[in-house]
Amino acid sequence: MKSKLSWFSVPYVIWMAIVVVVPILIMAVYSVTTAEGALTGENFVGMGDYAGVFLRSFRLAIIATLVCLLIGYPVSYWMAKEGLRFQRVAMALIMLPMWMNFLLRTYSWMSILENHGLLNQFFQKVGIIGLYNSLTGQSIEYFTMLRTPGAVVLGMVYNYLPFMILPIYSVILKLDVSLLEAAQDLGASGAQVFRKVILPLSLPGVLSGVTMVFVPSVSTFAISRLLGGGTQMMLGDLIEQQFLGGAYNPHLGAAISMVMMVIVVVCMAVMNHFGEGEEQAVML
Amino acid sequence: MSKELIRLAGCTMAFDDEIVLNKIELSIQDKEFLTLLGPSGCGKSTTLRIIGGFLSPTSGDVLFDGNRINDVPPYKRMVNTVFQRYALFPHLNVFENVAFGLRMGETVIEEQDGKQVRRKVKIPEEEIQSRVMEMLEIVNLGGFEKRRINQLSGGQQQRVAIARALVNRPKVLLLDEPLGALDLKLRKDMQNELKRIQKAMEITFVYVTHDQEEALAMSDTIVVMDKGSIQQVGTPEDIYNEPKNAFVADFIGESNIIDGIMRADGVVEIFNRKFQCLDGGFAKDEAVDVVIRPEDVDIVPVDQGQLKGTVTSVTFKGMQYDIIVDFYGFKWLIQTTDLCPVGSTIGIKIDPDGIHVMKKSRYSGMFGDYSSYSEEYDEINESQEGWDDEK
Ligand SMILES: Nc1ncnc2c1ncn2[C@@H]1O[C@H](COP(=O)(O)OP(=O)(O)OP(=O)(O)O)[C@@H](O)[C@H]1O
Ligand SMILES: [Mg+2]
Repeated sequence: MKSKLSWFSVPYVIWMAIVVVVPILIMAVYSVTTAEGALTGENFVGMGDYAGVFLRSFRLAIIATLVCLLIGYPVSYWMAKEGLRFQRVAMALIMLPMWMNFLLRTYSWMSILENHGLLNQFFQKVGIIGLYNSLTGQSIEYFTMLRTPGAVVLGMVYNYLPFMILPIYSVILKLDVSLLEAAQDLGASGAQVFRKVILPLSLPGVLSGVTMVFVPSVSTFAISRLLGGGTQMMLGDLIEQQFLGGAYNPHLGAAISMVMMVIVVVCMAVMNHFGEGEEQAVML
Repeated sequence: MSKELIRLAGCTMAFDDEIVLNKIELSIQDKEFLTLLGPSGCGKSTTLRIIGGFLSPTSGDVLFDGNRINDVPPYKRMVNTVFQRYALFPHLNVFENVAFGLRMGETVIEEQDGKQVRRKVKIPEEEIQSRVMEMLEIVNLGGFEKRRINQLSGGQQQRVAIARALVNRPKVLLLDEPLGALDLKLRKDMQNELKRIQKAMEITFVYVTHDQEEALAMSDTIVVMDKGSIQQVGTPEDIYNEPKNAFVADFIGESNIIDGIMRADGVVEIFNRKFQCLDGGFAKDEAVDVVIRPEDVDIVPVDQGQLKGTVTSVTFKGMQYDIIVDFYGFKWLIQTTDLCPVGSTIGIKIDPDGIHVMKKSRYSGMFGDYSSYSEEYDEINESQEGWDDEK
């Protein structure tokens, strides 16, 4: 049911118009014009050169989202099942890193993953590298971890995992215990209760978690530049270059942004469509 | 004919040292309609949850058909529950809600090496279809299969909950205040409906309620509970006519409970007057509680009365008047069809079968006094009559 806009919403509507709608419109105009202001479709045509970047961005973002889901769901489930005190502590631990600056956190991962960084030193000390060498007959001094796709995914997972955990956790927490008892009562074993009741009813949380991880992942530029070290260029980097970097071309940048936005919106719409039934049901 | 199906043997339930059920002894017969009745917090739901398998008693045994089932998980018990707030699955439609239990398979009990083994057997899809449809017909929900749960009224949801439990053909159906959320009219209809279903399907019902009228109307056996203990078990008639103590007398219907002294078998003294009664077996001159139901008191002219008192308040109740009458400072509730104006003096007569004598219990003196029934009348109508006037 749509309710009529009340007068209280006026400031909100104006605010949204200024910070959301206007910028998008400016981008849209930029994307179909040249530097001289003439209308053109060239910006979109020229984008084909960057298909590789598109693919990599979506691939890494999807992997990161899946990893977040695989880690986040069990953690959320387990947290919601534990006692109240445990939940508070766990929540504090999850939120704690978020109080630190995002760049700072990512920089510290660089020093951990470096060739002579903390992790490799640790592997050295414990003898894992020696073991690896003797097993494979190679003689490496360190594992190359920085500047790999894996490092980028790690950075994304590390930074965005809380956004997966929080919505799933809050949905599971709100599940009516009597529904689980009813399922048991009707003959469902532990695994069946999970599959037939908990999982479908927590889907709305999963959907918003996926959205909240996937969208920033696919558009990230700092993580890919710092942890990918320039070898893992993603859409965010590409766009940034068009606006701030050497390849200065805001019109191309705007066009890439528009395309990315459309793809993301379409993905989300499709997913939400699948989850619609459940979402409604949980609103009940 | 009746055979014991479930037995709670000395079941005690404690939550962090707080004893919620105290050594419950309860025998539930096959195919009977048994009601657990008691005030809020007395342990009715806890008892039900022990039978359903959601709680394991701190001590004592739960027996099903003579076998100990303390450690059998809920999903392997041949017991189904209708939850207080229905607990229907919001992500499934009516059909799938009802089919849920059938899709989980049927529990069969097999003997293996002299031990009971419970195994799940899958039910074929056609059978699921036909059983669900048949069940929906029984609860008058034919045509609602595709509806979502949030598109049903409270009464319809209630019937889905009943269908969902009954479709599994449990030996026992546990119902935790299933009609609590319904309006009076719907409640009455559903009471009849439930009773009909119970008779038709020959299933044992264990029904929880704190509504004594509901309990009297529906049950074969009523179990009155208070503070984690069973106070009395009996047929509705037994419980109403022969309450065991002041708590039961007060909880089931309205009762005047008066201190009395048993002078001999069949003779009880109240307010220094001897009354004929049907009870016996007490010690001579034993102090007892006497229960007199408001409808068992006959109003007669003052000179023919066994006792006389002053009417202090009158409430019209449709079928009858509820009047409060002051006898020597002790206020009784009397139900009568004659209008006795406030302030008038009346005589009363009580037939021997209207007097119920009970042993003193820890509930003595706590119930059955209508002094506070209607204070505003008391203030206007300060009783002048003293206790010794009659002597
Ligand atoms: N899980 C629990 N932990 C601690 N105490 C509990 C728990 N479950 C029930 N109790 C306590 O046990 C007592 C009996 O509860 P129960 O739910 O059996 O009451 P009831 O007779 O069903 O009451 P009502 O009519 O209000 O539903 C209450 O005092 C309640 O606070
Ligand atoms: Mg209860």
